[in-house]
Amino acid sequence: MLTSLPLLSSLIGTPCLGALLILLTCCNNTARAKTIAVSTMLVSLLLALLLSLGFDSSQVGMQFVESYDWIKPLNIRYSLGVDGLALVLIVLSNFTSFVVVLAGCNSIQAKVKSYMVSFLLMQSIMVGVFAATDAILYFIFWEMTLIPIYLAIGIWGSDGRLYASMKFFLYTFAGSAMMLIGLLFLGLQAQGFHIADFYQLPLSANAQTYLFLAFFLGFAVKIPMWPVHTWLPDAHTEAPAGGSVILAALMLKMGAYGFLRFSLPILPDASRALAGVMVTLSLIAVIYIGLVAIIQKDMKRLIAYSSISHMGFVTLGCFVIYLIDKQSGNVAGSYLALEGAIVQMISHGFSSGALFVAIGMLYDRMHTRNINDFGGVAYRMPVFAALFMLFAMTNAGLPGTSGFVGEFMVILGSYQASFWIAFAAAMTLLLAAAYTLWMYRNVFFGEIVHDQVASLLDVNLIETTCLVLLALAILVLGVYPKPMIDLLHGSVGDIVQHALTTKLIA
Amino acid sequence: MVSLANYLMLSAVLFGISVAGIVINRRNIVIILMCIELLLLAVNTNFVAFASFWDDIQGQIFVLFVLTVAAAEAAIGLAILVVIFRQHHSIAIDELSQLKG
Amino acid sequence: MEQTLQMMSLGLVLAPLLASVVAGFAGDWIGRRGAHSVTIFCVAISFCLSIYFVNHFVLAAAAPINFTVYHWLVIQSLQLNVGFLLDALSSMMAVVVCFVSLLVHIYSIGYMHDDPAYQRFFSYISLFTFMMLMLVFANNFMQLFFGWEGVGLVSYLLIGFYYQRDSATLGSFKAFMVNRIGDFGFLLGIAAVLASFSSLDYAAVFAKAASLQQQTVTIWYGHEWSLMTVICLLLFIGAMGKSAQVPLHVWLPESMEGPTPISALIHAATMVTAGIYMVSRLSPLYELSNTALNVIMIIGATGALFLGLLGIVQNDVKRVVAYSTLSQLGYMVCGLGASAYAVSMFHLITHACFKALLFLGAGSVIIAMHHDQDIRHMGGLRRYMPVTYWTVLIGSLALAGLPPFSGFFSKDLLIVAVSASGLPATGYATACLTLGVFVTALYTFRAFFLTFHTTPRMDETTRSHLHESPAVVWLPLVILAIPSALLGIVMVSPVLFASQTLFVNTIHVAAHHSAMAELATEYHGAFKLMLHAFVTVPFWLALAGILVAWLCYEKYPASPAWLIKRFNWVYRLLLAKYGFDQFNQTFVVGSTRTLGRFLYQVTDVSLIDGFVNGVAAVTGLVSSVVRRIQTGFIYHYTLAMLLGLAGFLIWLLWG
Repeated sequence: MLTSLPLLSSLIGTPCLGALLILLTCCNNTARAKTIAVSTMLVSLLLALLLSLGFDSSQVGMQFVESYDWIKPLNIRYSLGVDGLALVLIVLSNFTSFVVVLAGCNSIQAKVKSYMVSFLLMQSIMVGVFAATDAILYFIFWEMTLIPIYLAIGIWGSDGRLYASMKFFLYTFAGSAMMLIGLLFLGLQAQGFHIADFYQLPLSANAQTYLFLAFFLGFAVKIPMWPVHTWLPDAHTEAPAGGSVILAALMLKMGAYGFLRFSLPILPDASRALAGVMVTLSLIAVIYIGLVAIIQKDMKRLIAYSSISHMGFVTLGCFVIYLIDKQSGNVAGSYLALEGAIVQMISHGFSSGALFVAIGMLYDRMHTRNINDFGGVAYRMPVFAALFMLFAMTNAGLPGTSGFVGEFMVILGSYQASFWIAFAAAMTLLLAAAYTLWMYRNVFFGEIVHDQVASLLDVNLIETTCLVLLALAILVLGVYPKPMIDLLHGSVGDIVQHALTTKLIA
Repeated sequence: MVSLANYLMLSAVLFGISVAGIVINRRNIVIILMCIELLLLAVNTNFVAFASFWDDIQGQIFVLFVLTVAAAEAAIGLAILVVIFRQHHSIAIDELSQLKG
Repeated sequence: MEQTLQMMSLGLVLAPLLASVVAGFAGDWIGRRGAHSVTIFCVAISFCLSIYFVNHFVLAAAAPINFTVYHWLVIQSLQLNVGFLLDALSSMMAVVVCFVSLLVHIYSIGYMHDDPAYQRFFSYISLFTFMMLMLVFANNFMQLFFGWEGVGLVSYLLIGFYYQRDSATLGSFKAFMVNRIGDFGFLLGIAAVLASFSSLDYAAVFAKAASLQQQTVTIWYGHEWSLMTVICLLLFIGAMGKSAQVPLHVWLPESMEGPTPISALIHAATMVTAGIYMVSRLSPLYELSNTALNVIMIIGATGALFLGLLGIVQNDVKRVVAYSTLSQLGYMVCGLGASAYAVSMFHLITHACFKALLFLGAGSVIIAMHHDQDIRHMGGLRRYMPVTYWTVLIGSLALAGLPPFSGFFSKDLLIVAVSASGLPATGYATACLTLGVFVTALYTFRAFFLTFHTTPRMDETTRSHLHESPAVVWLPLVILAIPSALLGIVMVSPVLFASQTLFVNTIHVAAHHSAMAELATEYHGAFKLMLHAFVTVPFWLALAGILVAWLCYEKYPASPAWLIKRFNWVYRLLLAKYGFDQFNQTFVVGSTRTLGRFLYQVTDVSLIDGFVNGVAAVTGLVSSVVRRIQTGFIYHYTLAMLLGLAGFLIWLLWG
């Protein structure tokens, strides 16, 4: 019954509707705008829950499919559908956006209406990205994500926001231009833009390599991978808390999603050929960026670098499957690594989202992000300190929290490719603990030396709700990840099968 | 009997005059607008001449369209011109270079 | 029956978690009384259940129970579960954990009496008990790692309990980081296990272990290493971190920044012995690699002697005990290397009792001294604190290893076992352990004499307030003093030498590692062993240590100063702790930060961002030239258009 409802379109439509309602009805009434925004997000969260209830994890392939003609001459369709991978990302984005809007109710003072509208629109666009099964539709949603975030950084950002928003926009735009060329090429080859048709397309080794590079630019900038990562720290640092959360928790996932949806299954041979390079870049991200994070003085910049480092695990998990296949031929190892990568995506959404929300709360109170301006916060804000400790620990990958699950799976999987890959990946155990806990120590512990800290107030009800929601998500996923991972088996199996089968005719 | 070539010559000369008017004129936007009208007239002449030559009514119909558009364009052009004059107190082309890169 | 036991084990493990959650989240609501009542009640439940388990699995020697609580993750044939393994080894360990934990809970009522974060403290120690029990009862590596890191977390939280003190937060940070280095190896070890055995369950791994004994792996290009050696050493790195073995021992002395009950519970009795427990638990793997056993033996022996030496120059009463813990952990690890797992576990148990006793005794002294921990400011406390004095004396004698106290049995047997081991490192290890006995006795009784004997050196106000600690403090001391004194005699036969030794189902010793077997043939009962002690070297060394301590600190108090002057370089070497801290600070921390700064400023900011901004700058430069074409005059544009049109026409017509 559930599968016959156009749930995906409703998920895209509901926030749009909410945004429209806010624009039309709340001229200067910020309270009403907040109410509408929160209730809209609540509705779409419920819809997302319905979606996951109706999802049949035993089935391979897309579900909740909706498909209508759109631009007929070019065979472009408005077609949506979810598999396990898209499903978990859609639920994640609904959840995160809900928290962001809720937190925004408390922290945003200027232009509340526009803020709510842009984040509601962002939410529907994100669902569109993950649900689109038509390449052009996907690309349009993909590019549309830039607008709300660009505005969010540009309008509600801090001092360096102009430079940061411009850098963010141009960096990511340059990447996706290449991707569009790749998509058009594939579309012409397949005479249509249905993504699943691309999987069956025979492609020569050369074509695959060029396509891989084109896609790589688009996705790697988004993730971001080393060395195209430098937009992220700037964007994060200057963005308002909500913008940072959306950026880290959702937009970075789009890149990894792209690798899983396009590069691996469509270009298996190029992926295999370049797996070594990709794994190396991922490991550089893990170690190099981890080291860079250690010396950061700005809290948001530190977490931004930590995000890059954690996303390194995602790309590592995606591409190490080829090395596992080569080394041991153990498919279970590939499953482990790939599902680990996806879990890491989700968990990073929770942990980095939580950290950015929490740092935003500190920023609202202190108007500084400099670690040295704090010290002794735990005295004044015990509840906040306790929750932040949990977030710090999941960032450091402590077992029992979600941060552990993905890293554990990826490290265990990559050991089957090579001892040294696992060795380098496991360095994150040290680095993540070092930078996270060092920051925690300097911010929360010690005597109070700054007057501003002495007058801090602990988190209020709305803030506590946001943080507790995130904390619960982190703990549940950490203690009992099986239900979520079960959702993934079908689509991961599909991806692995395509990714490990050569398209070249021998 | 006036041959087709004569009509075409006339329209070419009209066209040339109006283009020269646009390029050489540096003082007045009104002249540019008039030149544009002249351009369209030159084209119209061509249309009518060919219509009569091929005995095809379509050319004449097109002329009516062009005339309509030209009228509308002149109206909008003049409106813009009025706005420009209000802002700059001048309609000299030499002084209007705000699109300069 | 099995069903009941499973439910009981769940209750045993989860009760402290429940208490912790209640005390932590509802702390303000239930108040201080409520917090300690609920935690003590729940830990008492766990303790009773663990006693029952010991009775069932150890005394009645019932068959082990291995069951899955829930599936954590299932991928194709791979299952990672949360499950419990109930057998003699885990029951024994659990009873130690619960026993010490219960006493520490009670003791903390007195020790933490004036602390504003009272509820938080009780929540933490209950959480610790939960994590430790998860570790102990794990039936697979994943859960072992969960407990392993979990206890590390709570240890971190508790060392930094007084978070306003810089030294405390630094110490906790250091402890976490050093433990993480260990966990790093441990995680790789787990990955290696999974890669070779395709399972993380103990049962499956042990069943397959022997068949993989000959397998080799290539870690470094061109070098073949035995798979078992690699796995065992990687896992042992984890044990080195948690059980504070050289060179990962540096965090333990710093951990003394935490409240004293914590030092007793976590940093003496339970958490730091997790490494010993882990190796014993995994004995079927370790038995397959002589190389690993050799390394373990050398590392243990080195710690046993050289870290013990550091205890002699420490002046903080807790640090003396901490270095003694390091040294004793070295003994246990060395015993593991000799395949005498049972003896190491035995020493673990006795050590848990007498070391917890010593720490809690030190805590009692610290309360009396108003939180001054420097033994140079103490002296003559015997008269003021008789109960503490006598119990600490028992603990010290047990630590020094004099018969009939419990430490004598475990330590003496450890040394004999190690000397009977046939591994190449035997000679070095035996020498270290034997000399270590003298050192142990020396630093223990140095602290003992300086604290309780000698002339009082504290100021007048402190002295006038000196009195015995309250009953909640001294009662645990008395309760701990009993096993410290008697446990050895009671347990030595049944644990090690009864026809069916208690650990026989759980600890696996290969036939060619004969140390334990030799011990058994020479053993003729506890009393014979005590009598025999008078003709062995360790006994006389221990006595000598006590005598030297007495001479130097009680009889001729001027002599230490003379010795320091005479052997100044030795003294400075010991004070600098062999330079480990200095080395770590300068090279490890320093180079990491330098590297991070270099990567950030040079590579990230200058090179990559320089390139990115450079692209933007070049674009701007080009456009600043090109834009001059755009004059803004309509007639220029028209002309250009016309010329272009003309060009096109020409190209069309003649091109």
